[in-house]
Amino acid sequence: MKLKKLAVLTLGTMLASTPALAELVFPSLSYRTGPYAANGIPFADGYQDYFTLLNERDGGIGGEPIRVVECETGYNTEKGVECYEATKGEGSLVYQPLSTGITYQLIPRVTQDNIPLHTMGYGRTSAQDGATFPWVFNYPANYWDGASIAINHILDQEAGSLEGKKIALVFHNSAYGKEPIRTLEELAAKHGFELTLIPVDHPGQEQKSQWLQIRRERPDYVLMWGWGVMNQVAIQEAANINFPMDHFIGVWWSGSENDVIPAGMGADGYKALNLNAVADFPVYGDIQTYVVDRGLAAGAGDQIGSVLYSRGMYAAMLAAEAAATAQGIHGTAALTPAMMRDGMEALNMTAARMEELGMPNIGPEFSVSCENHGGVGQAYVQQWDATAQTWNVITGLISSDRSVIDPLVVEDAAAYAAEAGVTPSCN
Amino acid sequence: MLYREAGDFKTSYAEDNQTFPIKFDRWRYYVVLAFAFLVVPFIITDYWANAIFVPFLIYAIAALGLNILTGYCGQVSLGTGGFMAVGAYAVYKLMTAFPEVSIVVHVLLAGGVTAVVGVLFGLPSLRIKGFYLAVATLAAQFFLVWLFNKVPWFYNYSASGQINAPERTVLGVIVTGPATEAWAKYMICLVFVTVLAIIARNLTRGAQGRKWMAIRDMDIAAEIIGVNPMRAKLTAFAVSSFFIGVSGALFFSVYLGAVEVGEAFGINKSFLVLFMIIIGGLGSVFGAFAGAAFLVLLPVGLKVLGVDILGWPTDIVAHVQLVIVGGMIIAFLILEPHGLAQLWRLAKEKLRLWPFPY
Repeated sequence: MKLKKLAVLTLGTMLASTPALAELVFPSLSYRTGPYAANGIPFADGYQDYFTLLNERDGGIGGEPIRVVECETGYNTEKGVECYEATKGEGSLVYQPLSTGITYQLIPRVTQDNIPLHTMGYGRTSAQDGATFPWVFNYPANYWDGASIAINHILDQEAGSLEGKKIALVFHNSAYGKEPIRTLEELAAKHGFELTLIPVDHPGQEQKSQWLQIRRERPDYVLMWGWGVMNQVAIQEAANINFPMDHFIGVWWSGSENDVIPAGMGADGYKALNLNAVADFPVYGDIQTYVVDRGLAAGAGDQIGSVLYSRGMYAAMLAAEAAATAQGIHGTAALTPAMMRDGMEALNMTAARMEELGMPNIGPEFSVSCENHGGVGQAYVQQWDATAQTWNVITGLISSDRSVIDPLVVEDAAAYAAEAGVTPSCN
Repeated sequence: MLYREAGDFKTSYAEDNQTFPIKFDRWRYYVVLAFAFLVVPFIITDYWANAIFVPFLIYAIAALGLNILTGYCGQVSLGTGGFMAVGAYAVYKLMTAFPEVSIVVHVLLAGGVTAVVGVLFGLPSLRIKGFYLAVATLAAQFFLVWLFNKVPWFYNYSASGQINAPERTVLGVIVTGPATEAWAKYMICLVFVTVLAIIARNLTRGAQGRKWMAIRDMDIAAEIIGVNPMRAKLTAFAVSSFFIGVSGALFFSVYLGAVEVGEAFGINKSFLVLFMIIIGGLGSVFGAFAGAAFLVLLPVGLKVLGVDILGWPTDIVAHVQLVIVGGMIIAFLILEPHGLAQLWRLAKEKLRLWPFPY
């Protein structure tokens, strides 16, 4: 017992003696192991490679070098908390945990510790209310936008009416998968379609009964809120029951190459939303020159250009742009988390800036304000072409139905404010 | 030299029956307690509380509980995660329904609720044993997780199905919610652990513990000598579930602050606690602590060593960790089935003879 304590103490002194350097620290709470690794790896690679690119090409942001601290969470909330506590002392500027479960853990903690949290396209939807959630950002789009965008896309397909249609939602039975239900219920009432909820438990390798139910009930459309191994299994099962793939639409987390390739030709025509466009961006040339050719690529370096890689890169780009904005506001290159927050709140993404960064039209144009931490809520719809093995963007940016979502956000944010004792304010 | 009975005379039955009959042991125990209560709270940081001490203390309670059921009474249970979930959801419902009542009372009540649920799921143990009972408790695990996911009343109809711990205080000090100081988190867990460990120790060495052990060793013989198997088994389920419920309540309210049932209290949690008592030592209070410390510290230690000191990629370290933990479990089962507690016991035997072994 005593010896153990001694060992613990020694470890502690080693931890405590990590020097704090004048750098911009971006922690990467990634997961490269476990049932969600197939999706976690490309995102983490993209996130880190972009920062490496900035270091190598531009010498960091505003002349200040960047340090990425990686911590493996395994998509597990306990490890996520451990990672947060281990890295927050290093001057971490912004957390992006890529897990809705960990996000719920971190929202109260970052609010207490005054460190910004950016949950791009995941996390708690009502965090778009910046008055209630000053430290949490979820631009450029959130789950409720996603649900509404998917329904809007179906409306386009069905010539504007969903009266009497049946839509099933296959979802990961967790905070993540449950997020869109509320919005879909509202939309079902508004458009007159019938919503069936079909939960899939973690990790989602076994979905025979769920797809049997779909086969029996024959819904007109199936939406999916899946992640990790659940996506691959669902797409395979859908192919097995010959469900029409172009009537099967995943959220942006259910639409990467890893998810569709295992089902082979069966996945042809599967659709998914996407926050960010997938294209052969000029920035990949720079990544090749400055990162890959110098042997600095994160992970195995084989993910460049994939859907989730580009999303990780997009997330890093938004963080870097926010940091640059913060440097502009405060007139200093060395940032604190509080300055970073100001930069995020003043972020303004324009088409010209995206073009300049070598990723034209990667995402929507949007600007962030205290009232709106959620961006514009737009996404593309992409479709898988199994022959060419590529995702094709088949629509322009589709907007969500804000008339349905905004009241829900107000309601949920007010509930949070009451529960957590927060007084919403914007000044 | 220091560690021996010679010269340590007992002149009353009370002295003879004390928990630590050897003087050095007793002093060591007081020193550890004093250190834990008087020194650690002043030097503890957020990282130490959240990554090491709080999970260690909470898992120690869970391991104590499972050890009573499995180690002392011989009833294998794979439902620990589910019972922790009962504790967590019970404390959540109580905290939100009666905000004016102290959180300590809520945690104890949550333990009580879990005890009732535990007895309910312990009823099959009267008819079935061994693997079959393990399967019955496995059913409890899956049923409870399903229930807390399915019925929105348990999570107060929140949109995400998550439960969040509101801020509560003990004697004016915040102990739950994000504003909790590291030392307050640590202290509330430490107090619960200390009291429950003393209770566990005294229950297991008294008449009740002997009945449990009699049932464990041979239930028919125990019945013949006058132990009521129904009462013995059900009390073991009740006490064990109480402990596990308290640990689940603390796990949710003090440690994580927000949980979703499938992720936090899945089957993995049941196995984790089971591994703790197997590695620590079945049928030993010290074993519960040793096992919890081992399985909480090992991943953190390996991570610090691999990532921070050696600079390896995080995924390699995570994989190596699985290999090492798996390897150690196998090694323990082969080399020392009685776990760390037995190693400790052997060390004590050797120390008694040191420096003149024969």
